[in-house]
Amino acid sequence: MSTITGGVAESEVAPAKRPLARSSLWRLAARKLLKNKLALAGLFVVVFMFALCFIGPLFSPYTDNKIHMALMNKAPNLKHWLGTDALGRDVLTRVMQAGRISLTVGLASMVLSVFLGSLLGAIAGYYRGIADQVIMRIADLLMTIPSLPLLFILGALLSEWKVPTDYRMYIVMLMLSFVSWPGLARMVRGEVLSLREREFMQAATVLGLRDRRKLFKHLLPNLVPLLIVIASLNVGGAILSESVLSFFGLGVMPPTPTWGNMIDSANNLIDFQQRPWLWIPPGFSIFATVIAINIFGDGLRDVLDPKPKK
Amino acid sequence: MATADLLEIEGLSTYFDTEEGTVRAVDGVSLRVRPGETVCIVGESGCGKSITAMSIMGLVGTNGTAGRIAGGRIRYEDRDLLRLNKHELRTIRGHEIAMIFQEPMSSLNPVLPIGEQIMEPLIEHLKLSKKAARARAIELIAQVGIARPEQIAKAYPHELSGGMLQRIMIAIAISCGPKLLIADEPTTALDVTIQAQILDMLRQFKAESDMSILLITHDLGVVAEMADYVVVMYAGKVVEEGEVVELFERPKHPYTQGLLKSKPIMGQRQDELYSIPGQVPNPLELKPSCYFYERCEHAMDVCRRAEPTLKGVGEQGSVACWLYEEEAIVHG
Ligand SMILES: Nc1ncnc2c1ncn2[C@@H]1O[C@H](COP(=O)(O)OP(=O)(O)O)[C@@H](O)[C@H]1O
Ligand SMILES: [Mg+2]
Repeated sequence: MSTITGGVAESEVAPAKRPLARSSLWRLAARKLLKNKLALAGLFVVVFMFALCFIGPLFSPYTDNKIHMALMNKAPNLKHWLGTDALGRDVLTRVMQAGRISLTVGLASMVLSVFLGSLLGAIAGYYRGIADQVIMRIADLLMTIPSLPLLFILGALLSEWKVPTDYRMYIVMLMLSFVSWPGLARMVRGEVLSLREREFMQAATVLGLRDRRKLFKHLLPNLVPLLIVIASLNVGGAILSESVLSFFGLGVMPPTPTWGNMIDSANNLIDFQQRPWLWIPPGFSIFATVIAINIFGDGLRDVLDPKPKK
Repeated sequence: MATADLLEIEGLSTYFDTEEGTVRAVDGVSLRVRPGETVCIVGESGCGKSITAMSIMGLVGTNGTAGRIAGGRIRYEDRDLLRLNKHELRTIRGHEIAMIFQEPMSSLNPVLPIGEQIMEPLIEHLKLSKKAARARAIELIAQVGIARPEQIAKAYPHELSGGMLQRIMIAIAISCGPKLLIADEPTTALDVTIQAQILDMLRQFKAESDMSILLITHDLGVVAEMADYVVVMYAGKVVEEGEVVELFERPKHPYTQGLLKSKPIMGQRQDELYSIPGQVPNPLELKPSCYFYERCEHAMDVCRRAEPTLKGVGEQGSVACWLYEEEAIVHG
């Protein structure tokens, strides 16, 4: 049988697929994403909203937010494209400035909850035992309370304790992360539990690698696709929750504008019936941004999730 | 033999506690591997070969399996592997004892470039710098006969063929100069021509470095090519062992004889390939008996009632079969 001798050359190897560039995994995903029109549309809207909110105010002459009694509640016109509010401030400028806060709160609370959720979920799934018990019981406890009432209770406490309005934005971020890490931790834990049984993890053990290295170098990179999907969907949820909180006056407080508290300040019968320019723009912004983020997140899941569907 | 054993397993028992009962996957197995020697464990699927290897590597009971080592000793050089702590075990794994698995595709991390996966044991055990490890990784890729090693180092596992991946696994396994290489069916997932190349490569590295190989296979063709010494396992027990030539020419145990009969002979056309009738028994329903008796042409009364022990026959080998025991005649 041993007709083939010693030195082996490439030609003897079965025709292998030609190695692609280093980033081939990501390039493959990008190519798939480009084919998903709906996800691309979502991405476009998200990018547009970010550009509008962060760059838009630079071109607005009304960013000083001065109160102009003469300009109270004007309908949309050439000078004020979306009209003015009860204090004579330009609604378009306010919507853009509110978007900065809403998007920042959404992003920051996402970063924090993804960090917390994936760290705790990974520890629970990888080390199991006591760590798993403690982390997951706390998560279960938090998950048994519906997150909106929980947020209301926390928000009410904040108002009770008279937290300075300047700090409220940061505290709202913390609150949102606090209610969303348990669900995330549970998903990450499930994924880690299945990943750690994979043969390549056993192979890493057999190589004599340290636990920390196995966890961070071998296991976590396999979680990245899942984390990206979770993160993108999480931003949408956080923006929505922040809007709801602010609408009920439990989130970020005026004069700092957010989409939620802008709708709240138009929350009376006259404004609702006769001045739609006060509540439609912030409402539409929330709607468009959250829907677009979710559509994009779903598209990302289809692209990055290695598990076959259907 | 004058030389001390590199690895000596004595009475190893590895059990799985399942809902239906205890599965004795490995049941009192003893074997030894001497320096520079290739020992093959052979037997049908489900005989406990892989679990034996996993027991040596300390993988039983980790990775979510309910297994436990119920007894025995695994001595490597002057250390008992079953008594080492986590840290001591880690310094042996990948450094002094390396292992390769059956499926090269699933034993490599899908999201890490190949080069980085080769670098890891070099950094961990040989304390190489990242730069030195990268250079060494590229050397190793070239050494296992793959062209364009710089490019391959940057590639991901899904970009290479199974044969190339198994070469990479070998490169990783030999990277720290192990004294013992455990290979669990390293060629089973590959097609025949690639199989021969991989076996050749293992032989070549063994000749260059004097490492020992514990090769697990169900393929007697592989045994014939590679082994110095053969251990035949059946239902978690060693039923026969001996020098390869002796075992192939004068197999004692009816199971070994059956395995040899069912081996295709190279260059000879056979109309119908023989296969041993029946199946490996359900490990949950084993009573004291010869576990092979239901499938055995020579089954006697005693085979059903009592378990034969492994006894030396001939010059080197041993067999566990009542046919070769005086006692059998007395009772039978
Ligand atoms: N996780 C497990 N739980 C229960 N039984 C197991 C487990 N893993 C292996 N076994 C049993 O151990 C026996 C030996 O398995 P294995 O060593 O993988 O066989 P092979 O000789 O094919 O490598 C099999 O009969 C199998 O049923
Ligand atoms: Mg096996």
